[in-house]
Amino acid sequence: MSGAQRLISATDLVKEFPLRGTIFDAFSPKRRSVHAVDHVSFTIGEGEVLGLAGESGSGKSTTGRLLLRLIEPTSGVVEYRGRNVTSFSPREMESLRAKAQIVFQDPNSSLSPRMSVGQAITHPLQIHGVGTPSERRERVLDLMEKVGLSPAPFLYRKYPHQLSGGQSQRVVLARALVTQPDFLVADEPIAMADVSVRALILQLMRQLKQDMGLTYLFITHDLATAKYLCDRIAVMYLGRIVEIASRDDLFTRPHHPYTRSLLAAVPVPDPRARRDKKLPKGEIPSAIDPPSGCHFHPRCPFAVARCREARPPLREISAGHFSACILD
Amino acid sequence: MPVTEKTILDVQDLSIAYPISIGVVKAVEGVSFTLDDGEALGVVGESGCGKSTMGLSLLKLQRPPGRVTGGRIMYRGTDILGMGDRNLLRLRGQKISMIFQNPLTSLNPLDTVEHHFLETIHFHDPGMPREKALAAVEKMMETLGIEKKRLKEYPHQLSGGMRQRIMIGLALIMNPDILIADEPTTSLDVIVEAGFTELLQGLRSLYKLSIILITHNLGLVAEIADRIAVMYAGRLMEVATTEDIFARPLHPYTQGLIACVPNIQADQKELVCMPGSPPDLVEPPRGCRFAPRCPKVMPICRQETPRLVEHAPGHSAACWLYGKRPS
Repeated sequence: MSGAQRLISATDLVKEFPLRGTIFDAFSPKRRSVHAVDHVSFTIGEGEVLGLAGESGSGKSTTGRLLLRLIEPTSGVVEYRGRNVTSFSPREMESLRAKAQIVFQDPNSSLSPRMSVGQAITHPLQIHGVGTPSERRERVLDLMEKVGLSPAPFLYRKYPHQLSGGQSQRVVLARALVTQPDFLVADEPIAMADVSVRALILQLMRQLKQDMGLTYLFITHDLATAKYLCDRIAVMYLGRIVEIASRDDLFTRPHHPYTRSLLAAVPVPDPRARRDKKLPKGEIPSAIDPPSGCHFHPRCPFAVARCREARPPLREISAGHFSACILD
Repeated sequence: MPVTEKTILDVQDLSIAYPISIGVVKAVEGVSFTLDDGEALGVVGESGCGKSTMGLSLLKLQRPPGRVTGGRIMYRGTDILGMGDRNLLRLRGQKISMIFQNPLTSLNPLDTVEHHFLETIHFHDPGMPREKALAAVEKMMETLGIEKKRLKEYPHQLSGGMRQRIMIGLALIMNPDILIADEPTTSLDVIVEAGFTELLQGLRSLYKLSIILITHNLGLVAEIADRIAVMYAGRLMEVATTEDIFARPLHPYTQGLIACVPNIQADQKELVCMPGSPPDLVEPPRGCRFAPRCPKVMPICRQETPRLVEHAPGHSAACWLYGKRPS
């Protein structure tokens, strides 16, 4: 999309999770399923941070997992440096794993309580057979200092229960980065952290991006955070991307009514900003039987009859700014 | 804030401690504040700063082994901490109500919404006829913006936003004076959160409520609170009007907290970070508890604990930067 080389791209990605129904459903011709990701396409350029924003249940985490082939897509293609990841052999997948990593929301459930910090961060190097034990140790200590786990030799021997929340998230980041990946999916990495820790992790992620030339898919429900870190932002609603634009375009010229409501709903830490919000009705519907046409029409303040009929395509409304609304 | 005839709740020098195997966790120490009739007070701080413990203690609900080691909580002239169980049952729900972060764990999965309401009414007012109670419940549902037919449903059939609306409805059905809301929107999505905030504002004027909003979300307090109390490591660092806290924060901790939050309406090139993490509350540092992380620390900060002192009308801070006593 931007001038940079494409690192990763998703084309027409679909993920349906079949529902385990009652015994009668087994005889019905149509199996019901959750349409978690519904024909999603985007690309991420090298060194770019793409934000994937949306409410819970919008399919943003599933999309992140699909990119890394942690789950198999129902259909669609993921390409890494121009090669189709879905057709990779197990051996090729293994080398991709070193290059494309993920960080999850809750650092405590991502770390084994029985592995010390050093062991946890060294583990990926052992799996991929990198270096001798002393080289590995050197590399891990070096990286620990870089992510702010200092003094590294002291923290190297600590266990997860001895760490603060901010330190645990740094360990998870270091573990993801130790194989020197070029792509990182960050799935709500700061959602559980305290405000002061959030700022530190965000700042660190930005620093690491510059130092290591990383590319991120940054999954978040918080647009204020996305604004701070991302170059481009895709807004998801019920499994579909409804708008995708550069950060500046999205915040200054949001198009899709859903993006606009999302922006209006973000609480602003400034009492002078108290304002009248035009909020959409109700809550995000179920992805089992999503509304027809534009998924957002039952809640949309601007909905017209046509919105119910067909899915609005994602159309380019200005250079690099795409929106899926028939009113555009 | 001095106690006036408008003061509905007056907390003085409240301290709460949790004895544990390796010592005593001083979760809350020397906290004093007042709440005026109809006022919304935000209590802001990070996890572990004691804000939830403090909130629970206002209803004498602090969890064992936690216990109040000092201070008093005066509600309309009566010390809540000295109340017996029978009076406490009448206080809770009738005079002061509380809602929590996760509505699903506060609702009984085996009871319908209607049963939750009727049980609450019956407990506080056993003599009320069922028809009258039902009428009150239906009126409440209307206020909450939830269809009446939902009364027959169970908690798992409701969305997260609806559950939290039901919780606040249950809290207000006996028309209390004070609502304590502990992170009421943390489990909600941003649009639902904004809807809940709107509802809370509406209920506030409808029921002439006083609110204590406990949260780490600076955006939420900026929208709801009239005054804000900033808590750190069990102590109050600063108390002022919402405008003053955001426009003229005195305490370095308040300043740091505001600078490190991403603001969607501002153009922030960099977030200003506070290094370090909150202290151990078993052996808190001597002097000001924020001193080890404070960018403006002075020798006296590590020696003596600063008291919460009023430095401008209605604006108090516990910080040596502003001298020992106000002039």
